[in-house]
Amino acid sequence: MTIKQLSVFLENREGRLEEVLNTLKEEKINIISLSLADTSDYGMLRILVEEPERGKDALKAKGFSATLSDIVAVTLPHKIGALQETLHVLYEAGINIEYMYALCTTTDEAAIAIKPSDLDKAVKALEAAGAHFFDGLFK
Amino acid sequence: MIWNETKECMSRDEMTALQSKRLVKAVNRVYHNVEYYRKKMQEVGVEPGDIRGIEDIDKLPYTTKDDLRDTYPFGLFAAPQSEIVRIHASSGTTGKATVVGYTRKDIDVWSECVARALTMAGIGRGDTIQVAYGYGLFTGGLGAHYGAEHLGATVVPMSTGNTKKLTTMMKDFGVTAIACTPSYLLHIAETLEADGDIPNIKLKAAICGAEPWTEQMRLQIEEKLHISAHDIYGLSEIMGPGVACDCQYHKGLHVYEDHFLPEIIDPKTLKPIAAGETGELVFTTLTKEGIPLIRYRTKDLTSISYDKCDCGRTLARISRFKGRSDDMLIIRGVNVFPSQVEAALLEMGETTPHYMMIVDRVNNLDTLEVQVEVEERFFSDEIKQLESLTKKIAHTIQQAIGLAVKVKLVEPKTIERSMGKAVHVIDKRKLV
Ligand SMILES: [Zn+2]
Repeated sequence: MTIKQLSVFLENREGRLEEVLNTLKEEKINIISLSLADTSDYGMLRILVEEPERGKDALKAKGFSATLSDIVAVTLPHKIGALQETLHVLYEAGINIEYMYALCTTTDEAAIAIKPSDLDKAVKALEAAGAHFFDGLFK
Repeated sequence: MIWNETKECMSRDEMTALQSKRLVKAVNRVYHNVEYYRKKMQEVGVEPGDIRGIEDIDKLPYTTKDDLRDTYPFGLFAAPQSEIVRIHASSGTTGKATVVGYTRKDIDVWSECVARALTMAGIGRGDTIQVAYGYGLFTGGLGAHYGAEHLGATVVPMSTGNTKKLTTMMKDFGVTAIACTPSYLLHIAETLEADGDIPNIKLKAAICGAEPWTEQMRLQIEEKLHISAHDIYGLSEIMGPGVACDCQYHKGLHVYEDHFLPEIIDPKTLKPIAAGETGELVFTTLTKEGIPLIRYRTKDLTSISYDKCDCGRTLARISRFKGRSDDMLIIRGVNVFPSQVEAALLEMGETTPHYMMIVDRVNNLDTLEVQVEVEERFFSDEIKQLESLTKKIAHTIQQAIGLAVKVKLVEPKTIERSMGKAVHVIDKRKLV
C-alpha cells in the first residue's frame, strides 16, 4: 500500500539537478513524478521512479546523498472536494502531513503522494475509508 | 615498550643536569659558529660564559621564523656545508622558504626520536608501516621513513596521492601501521569503509601529525579503524616529526627533552609562565649541529606537565594543541580556533568531521558560516528535520565559541579532502 520515493539532498549549486537527471537517464531509469522543495541553501528532490533501489544506488555511486522513503499515494476522482475528503480522513485519525505533492497519471483520475507523520496509521485509516491506493505506479 | 629507557625514564635531576651540560655546549656552538647569533647575543649583552645551566635560559634571546627568513638560506647553519648531508625546506604562505640543514648526527638523532615515538604507539620490528606523508622538501615523509627504518620496521614509502593504491597495499601487504596527517587518515578510513574493507586490514596503530587535531577526532579515527592513534608533533625548524608524541595513555605528548628543551611563555609579555598554564611553546635544540636554534618560538599554544606518566616515562608532557597562534581567528573581537568548531561537531556526532569555516565581512560586520557534511544516516527527506538539525548544529557551535554562526548543510564528500595539511578556514576578509 506504500511506495518507495527516492529523496535526494541537493545543494543550491549550478547543475546539480541536471546531474541527478543525467545519472538516471544514463541508467535508463524512468521518472514518473517529481517534486522539488527548496530553502535558500539547499533543495530536497523527491522523485518516483520505476526502479527506486537501482536509482538510489546509481545516485549514491555518483556521490549524491540519496535515500528511499516510504510514502503513500492515492488516486482521486476529478470532482470538487475529493482532495479535502481524503485529507479529512487523515485529520480525523490525528495524522499530520509532513509534505505532499501531486502525481502525474495517465488515467482519468488525479493522484497525490503523501508523507504522513505515521505511515501505518495513515494506510489503515485510508483503507478503512475506502481510498484507492495508487499502485499502478511501477508497472 | 620503551625504546630508550635510560633517556626516557631518567630522574628530573639527571635530566636537568644533562640538559644543562648540552645547553652550554649548544650556546657555545652558535656563538662561535653563527655570526647572526653572536650579534643577537651581544645585543642583549650575554656571553656563552653567562650560561651555566638551563636556569640561565631566560638570559638568551628568542628566535623567530623571521630570523630564519632574514638569514635565508643558510645564515643560521652552524656546521660547514661539507658536514651537511640533507636539506629540508618549508614554503611558508608568505615570503621566502625556511631552510634547515642536517648533519649525519642530526639525522641519527631524528631517527632515534621517531623510533621512540613509534615505540610509544606500540610499533616494533615486526610491523609493516606505510609512510603516507609527502616525501620531499617537507620533513614528514623522510623523517618518518628514517625513524621507521631505524626501528627495524618494514617501511612502505607510499607518499601521498593515490589513496586506492594505498588501501590495496594496506590489505595485500598486511600493513599494521601508518604515518600520515590525521585528516588524510580519516579520508583513508572513509575509503576503506566505502569499499567494505575495514575487516580486511590488519592495521593496529597510526602516528599522525603535521596539523592540529582534536581528541574527539583521534577517538573517531580509533573507533572507525579499530586502532590506536597517536599524535606525533614536530616542526621542521626544530627537527621535523618526532619532537614529541603521546604514549598509550594519551595524556599529553612526551617531549624528547634530552634533545629539545621546552619552555612555555606568555606570547604577549614573553615571560615564562608557570607549569600547567597555557602559553606559547618555545624550544631550544640541545644537540643539533646543522641548524641549532635558541629559544625558537613555535607559535603553538599548549601547557606543560612534569608529572611522571603511568607509562613509566619521566619526559615532560605537553597538552594537545589548542591551535597555533597563527590559526586563531578574531571574529567580531572574539578569539576562535578551528579546533573548537571541530570538537563541537565531533561531540554532536551527527556530522562528519569535515567542515569549512567561511569568514567574511558584510556591512562592516564579521560573519561566520560553517559548512558541514551531514552523516548519511542523519539525513532526512523532510526539510523540517534538516532545519532543526541545522539549528542544533548552529547552537552547539555557538555554545563552543561564543559567536552566532550560520550553518550550511552540504552534500556528503563535497568538502575537499586533503592529503597534506587540511584547510578548514577561508577568510574572505583578507582578500579585499
Ligand atoms: Zn606516558
